[in-house]
Amino acid sequence: MRIAITHTTTYRSTGASRAIQALRLTPPAGPSQAVLSWQVRTQGAGAPLRYTDAFGNAVELVASQGPVTDVEIVAEGVVETTETAGVVGHTGEAMAPAVCLRQTRLTEPDDAIRTFAESCRRHGILASLHAILDGLHEQVAYDTTATTSETTAAAAFAARRGVCQDHAHIFIAAARTLGIPARYVTGYMLTDGGESVAHHAWAEALAPDLGWIGFDPANGQCPTDRYIRLAIGLDAIEAAPVRGMRLGGASEQMEVVVSVAQQGQSQSQSQKQQ
Amino acid sequence: MLGRTASSLFWMTRYMERAENIARLTQVGHRISMTPDSTGGYREDWKSTLASAGCLDAFAARGTTLSAAEAQRFLVFDRDHPSSIRACLEAARNNGRSVRTALTREMWEALNSTWIAFAAIDPAGVGPGAMAELLDWVRQRSGQFRGAMLGSLLRDEGFHFCQLGTFIERADNTARILEVKYNVLLPAYEAMGGERDLHQWDTILRSLSAVSAYRYFYRDRIRPRTLAEFLMLRPEMPRSLRFCCDFIAPSLASLATMTGGGTQSLPVGEALASDMRVADLDDILRGGLREYLGEFLNRNAAVAQATAADYHFD
Amino acid sequence: MLKKQAYSTGNATVCFDEMLNEDHTPRAPYRTLFDWLLRQTPSGIRAKQAEADAIFRRLGITFAVYGSAESNERLIPFDLIPRVIAAAEWRFLERGIEQRVRALNAFLHDIYHRQEIVRAGRIPSDLVNGNDAFLPQMMGFDPPRGVYSHIIGTDIVRTSEDGFFVLEDNLRTPSGVSYMLENRETMMHLFPEMFAAHRVAPVERYPELLRQTLQSVAPAGCDGDPTVAVLTPGIYNSAYFEHAFLADQMGVELVQGADLEVADGALWMRTIRGRARVDVLYRRIDDAFIDPLNFRPDSMLGVPGLFDLYRAGRVTLANAPGTGIADDKAVYAYVPDIVEFYTGEKPILKNVATFRCSNPEERAHVLTHLEELVVKEVHGSGGYGMLIGPRSTRQQRIDFAARIRANPSNYIAQPTLALSTCPAFAAGGVGPRHVDLRPFVLVGDRVRVVPGGLTRVALKRGSLVVNSSQGGGTKDTWVLED
Repeated sequence: MRIAITHTTTYRSTGASRAIQALRLTPPAGPSQAVLSWQVRTQGAGAPLRYTDAFGNAVELVASQGPVTDVEIVAEGVVETTETAGVVGHTGEAMAPAVCLRQTRLTEPDDAIRTFAESCRRHGILASLHAILDGLHEQVAYDTTATTSETTAAAAFAARRGVCQDHAHIFIAAARTLGIPARYVTGYMLTDGGESVAHHAWAEALAPDLGWIGFDPANGQCPTDRYIRLAIGLDAIEAAPVRGMRLGGASEQMEVVVSVAQQGQSQSQSQKQQ
Repeated sequence: MLGRTASSLFWMTRYMERAENIARLTQVGHRISMTPDSTGGYREDWKSTLASAGCLDAFAARGTTLSAAEAQRFLVFDRDHPSSIRACLEAARNNGRSVRTALTREMWEALNSTWIAFAAIDPAGVGPGAMAELLDWVRQRSGQFRGAMLGSLLRDEGFHFCQLGTFIERADNTARILEVKYNVLLPAYEAMGGERDLHQWDTILRSLSAVSAYRYFYRDRIRPRTLAEFLMLRPEMPRSLRFCCDFIAPSLASLATMTGGGTQSLPVGEALASDMRVADLDDILRGGLREYLGEFLNRNAAVAQATAADYHFD
Repeated sequence: MLKKQAYSTGNATVCFDEMLNEDHTPRAPYRTLFDWLLRQTPSGIRAKQAEADAIFRRLGITFAVYGSAESNERLIPFDLIPRVIAAAEWRFLERGIEQRVRALNAFLHDIYHRQEIVRAGRIPSDLVNGNDAFLPQMMGFDPPRGVYSHIIGTDIVRTSEDGFFVLEDNLRTPSGVSYMLENRETMMHLFPEMFAAHRVAPVERYPELLRQTLQSVAPAGCDGDPTVAVLTPGIYNSAYFEHAFLADQMGVELVQGADLEVADGALWMRTIRGRARVDVLYRRIDDAFIDPLNFRPDSMLGVPGLFDLYRAGRVTLANAPGTGIADDKAVYAYVPDIVEFYTGEKPILKNVATFRCSNPEERAHVLTHLEELVVKEVHGSGGYGMLIGPRSTRQQRIDFAARIRANPSNYIAQPTLALSTCPAFAAGGVGPRHVDLRPFVLVGDRVRVVPGGLTRVALKRGSLVVNSSQGGGTKDTWVLED
């Protein structure tokens, strides 16, 4: 499936003397997706510095010299996806899979998550992962008002509600508890409108033979050819498409607009978040 | 040289100069409180000492009753008052410490040993006799620090930032002392005459360590007109406004040459210096002495600000 | 001053003395010093001691003691009597240290790449990949010349004529080298006649060697003379004196985070002439604080984007982030294996036997032998959070046992070593005091070991704790030339 994406991030700040952003806004090529065209443009900042991080993400570092007003970052392009039933395979990045057994501040499990993880233990890794996927989809409701970007897996699991970030964090916490390497993925999803969102996040876990496999607990399924992988990390902070800091200034607003459309068709949706 | 280094050198010498000035003012206050009552009693004298040190409001904000002991403690030892001698010596030393590599060993040793010795003093154990000695010691140490600087520091950018800190602070200090006592320098005041005036004029000279210098230079009794001229306009008097400006402007010019910068600071510094060179006392008195001093303080502060902007202090 | 009989019985326990043989004759390297000590008078030594203290205080050689609010800058006590190491002894140590630092750098390169040592089953995966000191962000990155730890301090103790043990490797931001240099300066000032009587290998080239080492690891794209700067947390850091001292001696800028910025694909320092590029940053700030954009967001000490710049190969950080995994106390037990794995040789320097409390059998042994062991926190440093079994009270052992049971993987234990003693100036004359040794190693285009190091001495009679925060002092360390 050929999918066109435009992802615009705008920072509006007053009086900042300097600002710096690390962008993870370039989708990687892999068995599930080929990148036909892609570019990232930044207005209001100097030339980007590019490198590949430990997870294989293409990073661009952009810095703006003050006084900083608006910075607009646009990532857009076309990606050809292939249906692989969620299997991403061995992706060849530098990161040792065993590192993905580490819990982070956001994924650190509590007793409730550990108990849940144990209840999902099956014969075989794949079966266990699917048990976690189904269990979470059943037990944790989708609710955009219950959590924030700082909410931990344990807190979201206790509340039994959250957004895709929380679902992914709990999934990762539980998989790691069972000794299965797991990681966080941010990306895009082509939807039919309604409650789903274009800017999405899910998890990937490692099965010995198949390699990395995607699991989307918010939707209770493995990623299809409607999913596009963008960036990977141990948790949402590390996999954030845009991570920024500024020096000075009174206030800052970030606005994200994502539009995802199947090429050659009229179907499209966009999402705004502030 | 880092912008922060320049900033620290500038503030190091400013604080050292301020410590010396506060010591001198406190000595004068101390001396007055030992002489027979003048106009409003010793309270008024300490009030004017605090005003000259630029900290009357800060003292009043404490809500403590004004007494000789309390004023001295405040000026010398107070940990929370940023212009106490203690705070100045500590700030000078910490600024020096943060740019240790830009100082010579002689400068650092003078700075560091002064702070270590001062910090070890128990204020409660300092009686009136010891206080006079302590204040003398502070002035000596400041002199020693400056001597170490003049004798050992390479004449590069760092030296000029040190010079700017010293002379901008000194000019500020002299102008403040004159501003507080401007009324006794007016010609109308002389006409009233009397012993009391002599006491006021003597106080001003002592506050600037200029009693014998004045006598030597004018070979005459103290008159308000010559006194004002001496402290504002004479290039020979090392604490006069003119003298300070004569050192500020060349340092700004040297910095501009060395760095290819100084676009903001050099014009304001040179304008102030050239105005001081041609200033006429009668003009000043006609325009108002107090107003003149107020404007000088503003222009002097503007030189400091422009220097910080030019050389990336902030 | 020195009374042979009293000195020989001065040791509280049986241990190796570096000056006197058991028959009270001096060991060869100490012969001249021994004669000199016999000639000294207490008042003469006291006068020199006062002179030395005054020099250190005037120079501002102080260190901050954590947790003591009042007078938080103290002098580290300096003991006048030098420690002497024979040329042959030094050659042995030098070979051992060099082997060890090469192996540890190879280990770092391996675990941040293919992790062959883990694949080979020589070290447990979780010990590396699950370790807080392991920095996942470093994986797949090639630092210039493949060097991770450029500046290393190796803590060595001695127990017999040829019994040298490595107690600890310091591969993060080891400190103390300024004391090595200033101690030597002070000694040369106070006792010129002793230097005339000994052939003491010079240490004063260290700053120049450090600068050469740092310049040799400049980023590949750097042309011309690389610009080096020293990054300090500021004047309130316990080792600030050393940061300033080294910058000064190398003739480079001493910078703080606020002086630096990342822009246009480079690191810049703000100078009075505008911005100037920095190629190599000798950073004396812990990993977590170097970059608030990538690590602790609340850090005010670092520079946002610095790590991105580093990974993009635009600036060199010395030491590299993530080197702490190689001096982790839990990894320490594996260092002999690490040396063998990467060099194919037997380790020249021995490790101290180490019990890991994470292992149930070893833990059981530790808990039943607390009286004989030294127990350390895996992540502790500076002598805080440790139990010295033979000197502990019953209550202390009960408390420590509880702490070990609550969090076993946080503790290791080692037998109490009979650290060697050296003569030190004490109230009653000259007495034997326990010492350790930290030589400093530089790794860049080649390995450079300065002949000498920092000798730390436990100035309390019988004490084994040499840390300055716990009442230890320092001595000049003389490596004799043949």
